[in-house]
Amino acid sequence: MAYREQLKDNYQETRLIQRRLIVSAIIVLVLMSIVLGRMYVLQVVEHDHFSTLSNSNRVRLKALPPTRGLIYDRNGVVLADNLPAYRLEIVREQMDDLEQVLQELSSLVEISEQDVKKFRLASKRRRPFESVPLLFNLTDDEVALLAVNLHRFKGVEINARLTRNYPLGKHAVHALGYVARIDERDLNSLDEASYAGTSHIGKLGLEKYYENDLHGDVGYQRVEVNASGRTLRVLDEQPPLPGNNLYLTIDSALQQLAEDLFAEERGSVVAIDPSNGEVLALVSMPSFDPNLFVKGIKSKEYSELRDSSSRPLFNRALTGQYPPGSTTKPFFGLAGLEYSIMGHKQTVYCGGYYLLPNEERRYRDWKKEGHGKMNLNDAIAQSCDVYFYDLSYGMGIDRMSVFMKQFGFGEKTGIDSTGERPGLMPSREWKRGARGQPWFPGETLITGIGQGYMLVTPLQLANATAALALEGQRFKPHLVKTIEFPTEDMELEILPEINGVYNVKKALNWEHVIKAMENVVHGLRGTAHRIAQGITYRMAGKTGTAQVFGIAQDEEYEEDKISKKLRDHALFMGFAPLEDPKIAIAVIVENGGSGSSTAAPIARKMMDAYLLRHNAQQESNS
Amino acid sequence: MNRVIESDQISISRRILDAFRLDPVLMLLLFLLSAIGFLILFSAGGSNTELMFRQLTRLGVAVGLMVLVANISLRVLKKLSLVFYLVGVLLLVAVIGFGEVGKGAQRWLDLGFLRFQPSELMKLAMPMMIASYLSEKVLPVGWKDLLISSGLVIVPVLLIARQPDLGTALLVGSAGFFVLFLAGVRWKIFMVLGLIASLMAPLLWKFALHDYQRNRILTLLDPESDPLGTGYHIIQSKIAIGSGGTYGKGWLNGTQSQLDFLPERSTDFIFSVYGEEFGFFGAVLLVLLYLLIIYRGLYISACSGDNFGRLLAGALSLTFFVYLFVNTGMVTGLLPVVGVPLPLVSYGGTSMVTLMGGFGIIMAIRSSKRFLA
Repeated sequence: MAYREQLKDNYQETRLIQRRLIVSAIIVLVLMSIVLGRMYVLQVVEHDHFSTLSNSNRVRLKALPPTRGLIYDRNGVVLADNLPAYRLEIVREQMDDLEQVLQELSSLVEISEQDVKKFRLASKRRRPFESVPLLFNLTDDEVALLAVNLHRFKGVEINARLTRNYPLGKHAVHALGYVARIDERDLNSLDEASYAGTSHIGKLGLEKYYENDLHGDVGYQRVEVNASGRTLRVLDEQPPLPGNNLYLTIDSALQQLAEDLFAEERGSVVAIDPSNGEVLALVSMPSFDPNLFVKGIKSKEYSELRDSSSRPLFNRALTGQYPPGSTTKPFFGLAGLEYSIMGHKQTVYCGGYYLLPNEERRYRDWKKEGHGKMNLNDAIAQSCDVYFYDLSYGMGIDRMSVFMKQFGFGEKTGIDSTGERPGLMPSREWKRGARGQPWFPGETLITGIGQGYMLVTPLQLANATAALALEGQRFKPHLVKTIEFPTEDMELEILPEINGVYNVKKALNWEHVIKAMENVVHGLRGTAHRIAQGITYRMAGKTGTAQVFGIAQDEEYEEDKISKKLRDHALFMGFAPLEDPKIAIAVIVENGGSGSSTAAPIARKMMDAYLLRHNAQQESNS
Repeated sequence: MNRVIESDQISISRRILDAFRLDPVLMLLLFLLSAIGFLILFSAGGSNTELMFRQLTRLGVAVGLMVLVANISLRVLKKLSLVFYLVGVLLLVAVIGFGEVGKGAQRWLDLGFLRFQPSELMKLAMPMMIASYLSEKVLPVGWKDLLISSGLVIVPVLLIARQPDLGTALLVGSAGFFVLFLAGVRWKIFMVLGLIASLMAPLLWKFALHDYQRNRILTLLDPESDPLGTGYHIIQSKIAIGSGGTYGKGWLNGTQSQLDFLPERSTDFIFSVYGEEFGFFGAVLLVLLYLLIIYRGLYISACSGDNFGRLLAGALSLTFFVYLFVNTGMVTGLLPVVGVPLPLVSYGGTSMVTLMGGFGIIMAIRSSKRFLA
């Protein structure tokens, strides 16, 4: 029975299993068709999409930062170039734990918080697998120490890259400015694409003003990379275009001379070629080494510079605002002639002080016993205050203000640099607006001798002096003479630009004022007479001594320094040679005492050097 | 008696194959597949000849095992089933106690002279056990046998799943399941089981799966959610396959694989390399080759003279299909990433040995006395 049952079952069972096998075969076919359908969608329907993804996987755009333009002085002396310097760079993708690596690295070399902050900022705008610099300008010791330990750190590299270098260090730094690492503020204003791969940007001075010229155009490389980011081959390349080179109007030798002459003094000199506004020297002392900022200044170094009582970071030439003192007298003297308030022969008796009607206060002359009878020539040559008190009283502050503005006082000159300040040329209106107070007659008097509210920058004073030298023609001062376009083999000469022209009513008025300025130096009783010794050319000048305001209240210094800090600022302005002015100079020596003793000699020596060389050049040319 | 008619026209190679009781059709197909496999592996492995030699050695061992198994009589195999099964289960328990941890999972058993994955043994022992048990019973399977068989399937599957090795658990489980399916478990029961499974799914999701397993399933649904972790595999694999296009980028020219963008490209994701370099046409050809192997196995199953052979050959062939489907489904982003290799092509020894052992069994079934065809 059982046997028969099984036989019957056997046939049925075989049929059953075979049926199930057929069902299985169909299911297998259906499922594999689904897989192949999926393959069809991926490989045929969506092929273009995945092809693009595949290419963006393997092809990477690599930025090639351009070489920054060089800066030369007017004679071709290199002031800023680019040198290969070692950087510690990090490729984020190639490491697991950035924080740990940073920590371990800092046991080898000093890494400041600032460095890390800037690194993180730069990391934000990098492309994948792009190396981001952490430290710049490594010393040989640092390179050696890091190099032997580099095997421990995956994704850490030491690379030599062209880095901004100022070969003369502190020289002319306030004219040049400097570059430093791109920070958050820069990121807001710059075009990220054109700064891909660029680590530094102009922060101050020419470096900032001419950033667009100096930076150049970023280049690109299309490279094939593998999954760990290693470049396998370059597919194609668009090379970067180097930035434009700048040839400055600065005469490095003259600049150097001025810097040397200052020695330990604080102050500023600006020398301008009156015939075209070219700035020959722009000195602010003391100075600092801009290379520190390229490397990334340590906070200790920075606070030392910032907190130094001599304020080396302060660009006195453009942003220092000083009372001009008696250097204003030639201008006000001219104004007196022009407004017909005082003829050039008309005299004022100087008894050592001046009294306003109905006022008891004495406005003192610097010379207690008085100068006696003074005409315009005497008053300028001997710097008589009483004469100018009287003149100012007659002219009134508003006319004084209007006149002085025609020589650029109280407004920016528009020099091609950053941070320039306008100084201050006070007027009735200004005082009402700024101080909400009426103008007092006494304030007119002290404005007449360059004290009170009036403030000038050394650049303004030099430029106004240049305008005197050119009898009213005032150029916009500029620091760049030529822009060289290396990629196009082309040069662009910066043409002189006129800021304003003052036309006198009577041509003789110039002669009177300039003659008086000549007497300041060459006259026997001139305030700068002592610099005339051995002079081979004729020059016009004016000394100034400005009382120092507010210092005792604003700043606290050690006692032995107070006396020095409270001394007057010494000023001098002048131009030479008289018959064909080639150079106009303004000098301010902070707390230098009298203009004749400290400021004037600097101007004389600079003129000597410049004119001597100028003459020699002309002779060799002819 | 050999079913093949002796004749002078029969080629020498055929005679040799017959002498070793090997199926010429399967042998030809497996040879073709291995050849293609080495071609892909050469490209995926970065033209590494050392890698090729190691794989060749493994293939040698695997083929040796296949020949050995093919010459064991079906009766002996049936008798060994229970022993294999019990040893397998014991070893799986042993792994829990003494197993070595590799890649975060406890799968290996170190026997001193060799490291051994008991779960691989289960891939063969499971269908043998269930087939041998059910071949003695009246088909279609009744409730009692179904429950016993299910128990026999579930215990090892759970042991493997908790190692955790989802891929192998799936393969072992499906091997047992296919025997039950072929043995005629009623459709109604499958429906009930399916219903229970879908009801259980949330519980399994919550309690049975490891975090990484849950992640893989979630990543499948939205690979972009984890582009650097688990999703990276799927994304890069899809890019490789998709960028291959209709005709492929050419052998050794796949940028995704040659430039290291594709992870695990010699092992689980080798099909993506193939898809990238040989395109849609290549994929269709390879899938056809696999289907021929599977259908040859199903054909042998259908022609087998007894239930043990039928159930076993069918289940082994269908398990081979599961490898193929899960792997290709995984690399194309249809299925979650579970560690199932592309059979006989992926680099790696254990699965190749087991698979060839399985084909040895199929060939043993073909050459058994009661073969009908």
